[in-house]
Amino acid sequence: MLDAKIPDGPLEEKWNHYKAHAKLVNPANRKKLDVIVVGAGLAGSSIAASLGEMGYRVKSFCFQDTPRRAHSVAAQGGVNACKNYKNDGDSVYRMFYDTIKGGDFRAREGNVYRLAECSANLIDQAVAQGVPFGREYGGYLNNRSFGGVQVSRTFYARGQTGQQLLLGAYQALMRQVGAGAVQLFARHEMLDLVVVDGKARGIIVRNMDTGEIERHGAHAVVLATGGFGKIYYLSTLAMGCNGSAIWRAHKRGAYMASPSWTQIHPTSLPQSGEYQSKLTLMSESLRNDGRIWVPKHKGEQRLPNQVPEEERDYYLERRYPAFGNLSPRDIASRAAKERIDAGYGVGPLKNGVYLDFSKAIKDQGEDKIRKKYGNLFRMYEKMTGVNAYQEPMRISPSAHFSMGGLWVDYELMTTIPGLFALGEANFADHGANRLGANSLLQASIDGYFIAPYTMANYLADEIKTGPIDIRHAAFAAAEETVQTQLRHLLAIQGNLGADYFHKTLGKILYDKCGLTRSREGLEAAIKEITALREQFYQHLYVPGGYAINSELEKAGRVADYLELGELMCYDALTRNESCGAHFRVEYQTPDGEAMRNDQDFSFISAWEWAGVNKTPQLHKEPLHFEFVTPTVRSYK
Amino acid sequence: MRIRLKVWRQESGDDAGKMVSYLLENVNPDMSFLEMLDTLNEQLLQEGSRPVEFDHDCREGICGQCGVMINGRAHGPLLHTTTCQLHMRVFKDNEEIFIEPFRAIAFPVKCDLKIDRTAFDRVIQSGGFIAVNTGQAPEANSIPIGSPEIEAAFDAAACIGCGACVAVCKNSSAALFTSAKISHLALLPQGAIEAQDRVIRMVDQMDKEGFGHCSNTEACEAECPQEISVLHIARMNWEYNKAQVLKK
Repeated sequence: MLDAKIPDGPLEEKWNHYKAHAKLVNPANRKKLDVIVVGAGLAGSSIAASLGEMGYRVKSFCFQDTPRRAHSVAAQGGVNACKNYKNDGDSVYRMFYDTIKGGDFRAREGNVYRLAECSANLIDQAVAQGVPFGREYGGYLNNRSFGGVQVSRTFYARGQTGQQLLLGAYQALMRQVGAGAVQLFARHEMLDLVVVDGKARGIIVRNMDTGEIERHGAHAVVLATGGFGKIYYLSTLAMGCNGSAIWRAHKRGAYMASPSWTQIHPTSLPQSGEYQSKLTLMSESLRNDGRIWVPKHKGEQRLPNQVPEEERDYYLERRYPAFGNLSPRDIASRAAKERIDAGYGVGPLKNGVYLDFSKAIKDQGEDKIRKKYGNLFRMYEKMTGVNAYQEPMRISPSAHFSMGGLWVDYELMTTIPGLFALGEANFADHGANRLGANSLLQASIDGYFIAPYTMANYLADEIKTGPIDIRHAAFAAAEETVQTQLRHLLAIQGNLGADYFHKTLGKILYDKCGLTRSREGLEAAIKEITALREQFYQHLYVPGGYAINSELEKAGRVADYLELGELMCYDALTRNESCGAHFRVEYQTPDGEAMRNDQDFSFISAWEWAGVNKTPQLHKEPLHFEFVTPTVRSYK
Repeated sequence: MRIRLKVWRQESGDDAGKMVSYLLENVNPDMSFLEMLDTLNEQLLQEGSRPVEFDHDCREGICGQCGVMINGRAHGPLLHTTTCQLHMRVFKDNEEIFIEPFRAIAFPVKCDLKIDRTAFDRVIQSGGFIAVNTGQAPEANSIPIGSPEIEAAFDAAACIGCGACVAVCKNSSAALFTSAKISHLALLPQGAIEAQDRVIRMVDQMDKEGFGHCSNTEACEAECPQEISVLHIARMNWEYNKAQVLKK
């Protein structure tokens, strides 16, 4: 039975109670303890820097050439915190409720409350680091509103909030590297987890420049490796984002929770051709002033500006009058897909909808809109050649964020003792749908304010362990597994590159495990993925050798995706309800809204690896709602 | 459209390297520049040759990982645009395009178009931060900062660390990169306390890494995808001189 280890007591006392009673490691003992942090985005950099400041011996690994390039950098819109600076009724409880409702009541009360509780502190920390959040003329911090809520609690740094928060964490990390407290291993990719006597004791990494395989030991291992939305190939993620670190930890015994809950973001640029490598995200903040519409007539041939007002269908305003264009992401994406599938899509491939600023420009003036979103409009023009001040943007849904990830308890520890998962790599706080501006928040809170306490609680029992010996047989065995796999990938010598398999898998998942799912489709997808995996091991071609070799990196990641994709389908198949991003066509109301089933599915699905081509084993962590009553989530 | 490429190929850091010609038929004008390189690599893979290694990641102009010299210009012909945001519609049919890595002594080539920019990390390690530990921060609104001041700091903080400024500089100077961080932090009350110490350490580290001196040609500003202003270099010099005079 999975134990989430949620502290007893009233909601508002749980975290305080935990912190007051958690074990500590005294400063003199910290230098005897080694910690490995894999991933150097907002979660990874913040925990590595924080542990370094406290005096632990830290090694930080990332595949990028520097931590400043980790994909947290690309988050645009903002970060939520319940400071209530706008005096509009915000509070910790309100933020907790919005988040748990936004997640369709599929997250833990204790975790979500803690996220809201720590949020205010993050803004303090970031400002102290020099993060230039937007300010009012009086010098005080400004806020904007974001999807799924009715207060303004989003702090922002133009359209580059992720970049600025990441640079704050990166600079804190660089300070520790300069001070010798953290050792940095950029261009290193984790290829296996080493478990000794049931505890996480180290990792096997590949130096991506030299090709050397290295062993690193530690008393605790943190995976802060981000999400795996890139499994869909076309996504808003960076090309290098991958699920390999968490997947290989999964194969060593860490459970994966709700892997099929992928957020499909409603406002990315539509696909324009087969050559396309990614779908660029346009910040959700644009929905504050942009109105989404499609023509009322199928096959509309006129240019958008020539379609008169009365012939436009502002379908979000029509279907969800209370939230309108600021409806949560899952709802906005599904509504877009519904219109596109019904034949009302716009653009050459009829695969988009309009996001129109003409009313906002008329009401507020072009200057005001330029001040708010200038960099986004400029980016749009660079990508498409279209000036969005003069005609509407075209947008479409795209794979974006993994609500699912490694199962962790309240301490952010996985089912392998000593292995922690932070940020998007874990499944913890967003339930079945993440609210905008909560991802930067969760990554930062996990790294700055939660893991430093919960890891100390674990490490307090490790002070007598002594240095971890990387000559142990478990290290040798894990290294051999890695070497064997690399040799195998290079030896297949077929005629298809890794991208071919990645794109094919992405299509299967978009069609059958994307915005909508069905039993029939998922069963077919499992068969197709199994067949694709067989093909992969027969026809893959990886040119080159062990040293710098992008194709070899991609092949290893795609090999993992071909297993993870299958698990996603099992996850979606066994959840016979619709909730948040998970929409099973069999379970919907007559007007097409998600039909949740609290009676039978108020639990987190945690999956145990059973081996290749074997059905994974499902474990259930029941969700208890003591403080809120799950209701039908309505934004009408 | 049809594109004739001349691409820098170099097996490893020790290899001499050379330009190699490739012909691409059927390039779609809506492709991004990097998607055009993907297409080239797809073609090379089909022929059983080693694809071209190049740096890239987010492909939306913010991570700073991509960047090559295109016809002798860092990030290509458009102003304020990273390589990944450049689209083929900018080029003419049958155009010849020369692609080379960003070159500087402090940025050794690792393979083909991939370079080592870790020197930038070491410049930041030497002082490009505000020395605040997790947990020490006061209430955010207790440090009011005027909107124009924060916007000015932001203009400097927007640097993506791509290295185009170094690549385009005849002296391979990192003055724009280093000064942007010095300026970002010196303009804020939180960062002003350490300004003196910071500027000396960062400028020293910049020199140690083998970056050249700034001779005010302003080519860096012209090629910077984030429009970082050379006035930050002036501020760095001012801060540096002030720090040297006031040094205890």
